[in-house]
Amino acid sequence: MRGEEEIEIESFDLEGGEHDPISGLDELSEYEKELLAAGIDPQERERSGSFLQQDHSVVLARSLLPGLEVMGTDDALRRYPWLEDYSWKLIPRDRDRFTREVAERPTHGYFIRAERDARITLPLQSCLFISKDKIRQNVHNIIIAEENSELHIITGCTVSHRVSSALHLGISEFYVKPGAKITFTMVHNWAGGVDVRPRSAVLVEDGGVFISNYIVMTPVRSLQMYPTAYCLGRGSVATFQSIVYASSHSNIDMGSRIVFKGRGSRGDIVSRVIATDHAKVIAKGDLVGEADDVKGHLECRGLMLSDTSVIESVPELKARRRNIDLSHEAAVGKIAEEEIRYLMARGFSEDEAVGMIIRGFLSLEIKGLPEGLARETKRMFDMTLEKVM
Amino acid sequence: MLEIQNLSVDVGGKRILNDLNLHIGDGEVHVLFGANGSGKTTLFMTILGFPDYRVVEGRIYFRGIDITGLDTTERVRLGMGVSFQHPPEIRGVKLREVVGLLLARSGGGDPLLLARRLNLSEEFLERDLNLGFSGGEVKRSEILQLLAQNPEFYMFDEPDSGVDLENVELIGRVMSEMLERDKRPSERRKSALIITHIGYILNYIKADRAHVMLDGRIACSGMPDEIYNHILKEGFEECVRRCGGDRCER
Repeated sequence: MRGEEEIEIESFDLEGGEHDPISGLDELSEYEKELLAAGIDPQERERSGSFLQQDHSVVLARSLLPGLEVMGTDDALRRYPWLEDYSWKLIPRDRDRFTREVAERPTHGYFIRAERDARITLPLQSCLFISKDKIRQNVHNIIIAEENSELHIITGCTVSHRVSSALHLGISEFYVKPGAKITFTMVHNWAGGVDVRPRSAVLVEDGGVFISNYIVMTPVRSLQMYPTAYCLGRGSVATFQSIVYASSHSNIDMGSRIVFKGRGSRGDIVSRVIATDHAKVIAKGDLVGEADDVKGHLECRGLMLSDTSVIESVPELKARRRNIDLSHEAAVGKIAEEEIRYLMARGFSEDEAVGMIIRGFLSLEIKGLPEGLARETKRMFDMTLEKVM
Repeated sequence: MLEIQNLSVDVGGKRILNDLNLHIGDGEVHVLFGANGSGKTTLFMTILGFPDYRVVEGRIYFRGIDITGLDTTERVRLGMGVSFQHPPEIRGVKLREVVGLLLARSGGGDPLLLARRLNLSEEFLERDLNLGFSGGEVKRSEILQLLAQNPEFYMFDEPDSGVDLENVELIGRVMSEMLERDKRPSERRKSALIITHIGYILNYIKADRAHVMLDGRIACSGMPDEIYNHILKEGFEECVRRCGGDRCER
């Protein structure tokens, strides 16, 4: 891992990344490819709203449906004094030097809120975009699904091909109120010169559901994150699914943690990791059972495509009650020769066979998404995979 | 269709096939009997050109072409297909995807229509290849892929083992259709080689010739019914001995 101490925060600019607001995403046509790769539809088709932050400016924030609010976090904090109760409550400001940096020098981020009983099945798209070289982005996101609401977010973090080096720090606090549901599908489309430190936490209340689908397929210089969901409510549910194709010199240290504090809460952590070239991936998972009738499962599968890459799988289970069911499975290996031969015996070439196996390995069924979004996520995933393979 | 001449094959440095000869004409269905370890599956894998099966002597001709030096994909694309006895599980690769790709290559069609012929459901098509399939499901999935592939020459490795009788009948019927057994012999174009240990499948598909393998070679050949009855009564070795250790032409 590119050591935490190796990242000199100050060496990345906090100024010079200002841009004028836009009235539609089509005004960013020069970056269309980058936006598409991160799941952003410039025409906002089948979307409930859009948020786009370019470098240090929120250039577009709009909701297209009633019951849904989208704006920059700093705007929201000015408008709603009560939002202070949600800001830096799940993640302490002083957790590490990256959280401190964002707390002291925030550069926007998004506030997304679904009102009580608002069932918004069309996804909202948000994008944190870096177009200027050698900058740092210090975003703070707050996402709230009020009681009995439903919110689907597709979020892309992407970078212009002109950027050789940048730092992205992202604090995200999610609040899932009783009976509410948030699905958060995040596509990271970084580049080999970008360091990324997301810090995310989720609070799920009674009967609430949080589902995270994370996809990273393009190289990144270093990425370290350990999002944590606190299943506080009775019968609350959290799921983290991650699909990682680590190539080039990517250095990825990622984990997911679910802390079960509510009776009958449950959750899954599932990851599929491919490492090739000189990539290094540490895939962690941590299930912490602190209440009765809790059920959690952790599954981590890794596929090694080169002898110069590394996968470390670290599954952890912590039970603090008797009446608890936590399990894990982890497996790392290479593509079985037998599987390749089998497909070749159907007339597929060796390359076709390997491609099918890799695609199959990574193709997690993305649960909990509305059909349209699931289809689109799949298409995006296929597109990205085609590009990297 | 298939002509094998003086074939000797090593696997892991050990001789498994030894001076084996076999000729299968156009439109002919042959059955291959033999005890475990006699080399039946090795013969299939060698015909397919799997790299661990090293041909040390002899040639294999397929549809008049010497395929001894070709790789698996090239051989299969010349028009051969195999139903494996123990296919590997491939996570995330859907049966529908494979059947769809095979159909696209062989001229199109609907995976579901083919699946229904084998009493397989739409949900079954969405399953990961061979993952958690029952014995009968494995066989039907293999036959389904062959239906989609539509080759000229079929190899079936124990299509009837680990399958209940109802499914053996279904599989036998579909195999019979695939192999154009309803046509007159002169009109049949499809050929096959069927490995069967228990012989159930022969109740549903009429074969033209049978062979018994022993110690890596074809020790005896003849009419399927007669050979099968000999084996049932007296076992493989006795059957071969009665044949005089060579061909039992009757």
